[in-house]
Amino acid sequence: MSGSEQLPKIRIRGLRKAFGPKQVLDGVDLDVMPGTSMVVIGGSGSGKSVLLKCILGIFAPEEGTIEIDGQDVLKMDRTEREAVNARIGMLFQNAALFDSLPVWENVAFGLLAQRKATRKDAKRIAGEILTQVGLAPSVGDLAPSELSGGMQKRVGLARAIAARPDILFFDEPTTGLDPIMGAVIDGLIVEQVKRLGSTAIAITHDMASARRIGDSAAMIHKGRIVWTGPASALLNSGNDMVDQFTHGSREGPIQMELRR
Amino acid sequence: MISPLDILAAVGRGTLGALSEIGRISLFAAEGLSHVVRPPFYWRLFWRAFVEFAYFSLPVVALTAVFTGMVLALQSYSGFSRFSAEGAVATVVVLSVVRELGPVLAGLMVAGRVGAAMAAELGTMRVTDQIDALTTLSTNPMKYLVAPRMLAGVLALPLLVVVANILGVMGGFIVGVFKLDFNAGSYLARTFDYLETQDVTLSLTKAAVFGFLVALMGCYHGYNSKGGAQGVGSATTSAVVAASILILAFDYVLTELFFSR
Repeated sequence: MSGSEQLPKIRIRGLRKAFGPKQVLDGVDLDVMPGTSMVVIGGSGSGKSVLLKCILGIFAPEEGTIEIDGQDVLKMDRTEREAVNARIGMLFQNAALFDSLPVWENVAFGLLAQRKATRKDAKRIAGEILTQVGLAPSVGDLAPSELSGGMQKRVGLARAIAARPDILFFDEPTTGLDPIMGAVIDGLIVEQVKRLGSTAIAITHDMASARRIGDSAAMIHKGRIVWTGPASALLNSGNDMVDQFTHGSREGPIQMELRR
Repeated sequence: MISPLDILAAVGRGTLGALSEIGRISLFAAEGLSHVVRPPFYWRLFWRAFVEFAYFSLPVVALTAVFTGMVLALQSYSGFSRFSAEGAVATVVVLSVVRELGPVLAGLMVAGRVGAAMAAELGTMRVTDQIDALTTLSTNPMKYLVAPRMLAGVLALPLLVVVANILGVMGGFIVGVFKLDFNAGSYLARTFDYLETQDVTLSLTKAAVFGFLVALMGCYHGYNSKGGAQGVGSATTSAVVAASILILAFDYVLTELFFSR
């Protein structure tokens, strides 16, 4: 684990993002230390995915700073930002595989886009990466629509790690999977993050997954970070909001807004 | 009771909304076009879109053109015979097809076929995070998805329109010779005697502009679609309707530009 004097790999301060009248992020402060995995938990609509998309530059926040290795990415021009994004891999909630491309081109997409490999080499590398996530290289010739949900998640993970990124994001990696497949995906995530020495942020509702993946954890509620601590303390955090969320209790400080 | 101020406010809101939409579409078009001339360019995607435009739209455009030419010959014959001007049928067919019907009908058919498919494909990519995934893979979605389609539209539709024009004239020729008993040689002579270079230039210019409009509307509405299946459906409908209206509006503008002198 990192020492306290170490600079955070990702440092977020005062991040605010609204969509129309809805303030989704309302002053998020977060530090993720190098080589560690942080899980961010929170209810639906609490701003978890928006937070990741702000770091990636998909959404532009109104206020705040996002530093990666000490550099504020919000002040970068497009070229510098693309260079930073090239160091980030992301596994989307529904894998977000490109329907029109075979699996191997999905996996090698970043390599081909950045002209890091010829098509022939990219296909060979894609086969190797598919093996690392427990899939046969022959899967590379299939279309994404021919794969099961678990296989799609593995291909999404393969695509995320293909360019050997030093930062990895996982958006609800186990959603829609059975518990066993969820554990398999978590195991692959932990293994690949460790192998690459990457810094990771995973957002999830799945407490078992959170404890398997995370070194540290944070809870976001109404656009603010309300708790941070070790992931192992999630089930016994001493914070009323975290305890209510992790135990799935209806009673507590978090009031769910139910629409009629 | 509705006050006059409410009506004014509604008109104002509508006007502002329409102007901001025009602004957004213009910026989208400018960004898409800027990526056509800035490397890298995705030639494989361009070729795929080009084939979709030019090859797979050929049957529907060809059938439309042939039947339009046939109907045009019949209608103009029946009209012109009232003042003994049957001899102008061939000229009317070729000028109508080349100047107007070829490009407009091909544009409308392609808007319904390719524009709708583009909006549906990009809309699905938007709602399933595939467009966001492109960004995370250091790929500009405008460069990857929009620029190749725009260029394909501009280059493919003129080719389609050349075919549509030939088949439209051929449809008129078939009806003229085999049903209306025109002499084949004199029908063809009257077809080509009155066709000028300017007519063909106008036809191809219209086709290129219409191809661009179809690609622009398909990409714009798909790229900005929201929600799930319903959002993709709305984007598809909007793409076809907007492209069809713009084709008809620009048809007038281009005709005015070419023939107002």
